[in-house]
Amino acid sequence: MSLEVALEKKLKGFSLDLAFQVHSGCLGILGASGCGKSMTLKSIAGIVRPDRGRIVLHDRVLLDTDKRIDLPPQKRKVGYLFQNYALFPNMTVEENVGIGLRLSRQEKEPVVRQMISHFRLDGLEQRYPWQLSGGQQQRVALARILAYHPDVLLLDEPFSALDAYLKEELQMELARLLREYDGLAILVTHNRDEVYKLCGNLMTIHQGRMISFGDTRETFHNPVHPQVARLTGCKNLSRAQAVGENQVRALDWGVTLQTAQPIPPKLTHIGIRAHDFYPVGEQENVINPIPLLTPEVSEAPFEWNVIFKADPSLGDGGQIWWKLTKDIWSAYLQHPPTRLAVKPEHILLLSEKTGNPPV
Amino acid sequence: MDVSPILISMKTASVTIVITFFLGVAAARWVVGLRSKHLRTIMDGLLTLPLVLPPTVAGFFLLYIFGVKRPVGEFFLNYFGYKIAFSWSATVLAATVVAFPLMYRSARGAFEQVDENLIFAGRTLGLSEREIFWKIMMPNAVPGVLSGGVLAFARGLGEFGATAMIAGNIAGKTRTLPLAIYSAVSAGDMDKAWDYVAIIVVISFLTVVGMNYFSGKEKKQAKRGQRHVS
Repeated sequence: MSLEVALEKKLKGFSLDLAFQVHSGCLGILGASGCGKSMTLKSIAGIVRPDRGRIVLHDRVLLDTDKRIDLPPQKRKVGYLFQNYALFPNMTVEENVGIGLRLSRQEKEPVVRQMISHFRLDGLEQRYPWQLSGGQQQRVALARILAYHPDVLLLDEPFSALDAYLKEELQMELARLLREYDGLAILVTHNRDEVYKLCGNLMTIHQGRMISFGDTRETFHNPVHPQVARLTGCKNLSRAQAVGENQVRALDWGVTLQTAQPIPPKLTHIGIRAHDFYPVGEQENVINPIPLLTPEVSEAPFEWNVIFKADPSLGDGGQIWWKLTKDIWSAYLQHPPTRLAVKPEHILLLSEKTGNPPV
Repeated sequence: MDVSPILISMKTASVTIVITFFLGVAAARWVVGLRSKHLRTIMDGLLTLPLVLPPTVAGFFLLYIFGVKRPVGEFFLNYFGYKIAFSWSATVLAATVVAFPLMYRSARGAFEQVDENLIFAGRTLGLSEREIFWKIMMPNAVPGVLSGGVLAFARGLGEFGATAMIAGNIAGKTRTLPLAIYSAVSAGDMDKAWDYVAIIVVISFLTVVGMNYFSGKEKKQAKRGQRHVS
């Protein structure tokens, strides 16, 4: 089981240039809006044509521009879950699920029946898509795709059109489905939570180029490049210089910090996740204190977002974004801390990926 | 009252709408499917031209093509013994040419309104282009296509300029309602003109009501289409 993809396509303002392989499970593709990730998925499905490329699914060549092979989407056997699910509004649930089956009416019936009960759509067979909830629509779309037995499942931002409550519920459902499905899948999203929950492997894309590829948890734990750190949700990045084997100068914040790992030779940035800080008092003696100016504070339902400006007399006056739970912040409501500290092991050591546009 | 103009008009408009409907839908499907943007723009311009040309100019071209001494007209006369110009079929010809762009444009608009993801989904599910057209495009474009049909019917019914040029104004043969009104007024018979005017107004009003009915359905369908996103 494998999918090999190599693509080149000129897009507005940049060009898509990617090569990767998937051998098992679900690959997440994470990138900002308009980075070319949807285009990648559409190229695999044959909905758009890349300028150059080669796509091999199992042993079938779907596309090879050098050999002038370009299978139409009808022959590629890919299942594509569209952002809006693309259910046919003129067809009932039953008809939608059965549409891809090349079978006689009698042969179709039991297959459709089985998919409908598998996706818990019993009783909704005669409904039209607009009569269904968002979750039901997604299940119909998945039932329609899986009834067709595709060789790869392509999921294009499947949760972007849903409200928060439904989103989490459907993420759980899709996670279960992907475990049972046991085939290849690619999930494209700009949401780091989704890839973390659903995908074993993760590729990050910035402006049409791959910047990382690897195990999802490992990528979050050690993003290596500042672009990847940002995509995986790291709010605090500072340009940095090594000053010792385990010491780094954060230029934007004007402080020197201890690191747990030795500094890599090409270090350009450090990153600190917004929830990895802890407050320290004026006189307390701790490792890695960062002096700060009065913060701007905004309240979220279950946490506080506190944005400090680093002291501009020390560095370039960058920002520090601190997220903390409500109970901790309540102690600081009147007098916000003037210093935050970070443990050496929580400092992400990053080096700009060369040959890429800056973050 | 001479009812022949009413009968001729209804007969002409009915035959016209059948021809226009199929031609318009086929042309719309073809143009929407064109890959080259330039070709699409050029074809769209050509197919829409009769809408913006004065009908007399359209009639002039028709006369130039189908006139008895012209290649196509001569061909029909020699091989089928059929004279197109100044026959009843010329009223259909004139009305078809003038009504066609309305049908074509409405159908094209309706096809373009269909969410392209539906078409992509059809393709990835293995449906042929023909199946996609009949099972997905057409059913989801029905209200727009029908309202285009109604509009084209009304336009065919009211056709005057091109008809006068190629079909003439022969009482009982090519004199449609608009031409009959013109003739009645020329002859100073205002009562007669009023009768015909009243009939045309009633039919046109019913047409507008019919069109609103279909476009109301279209809006409703569009809403439903959107709802399945949320």
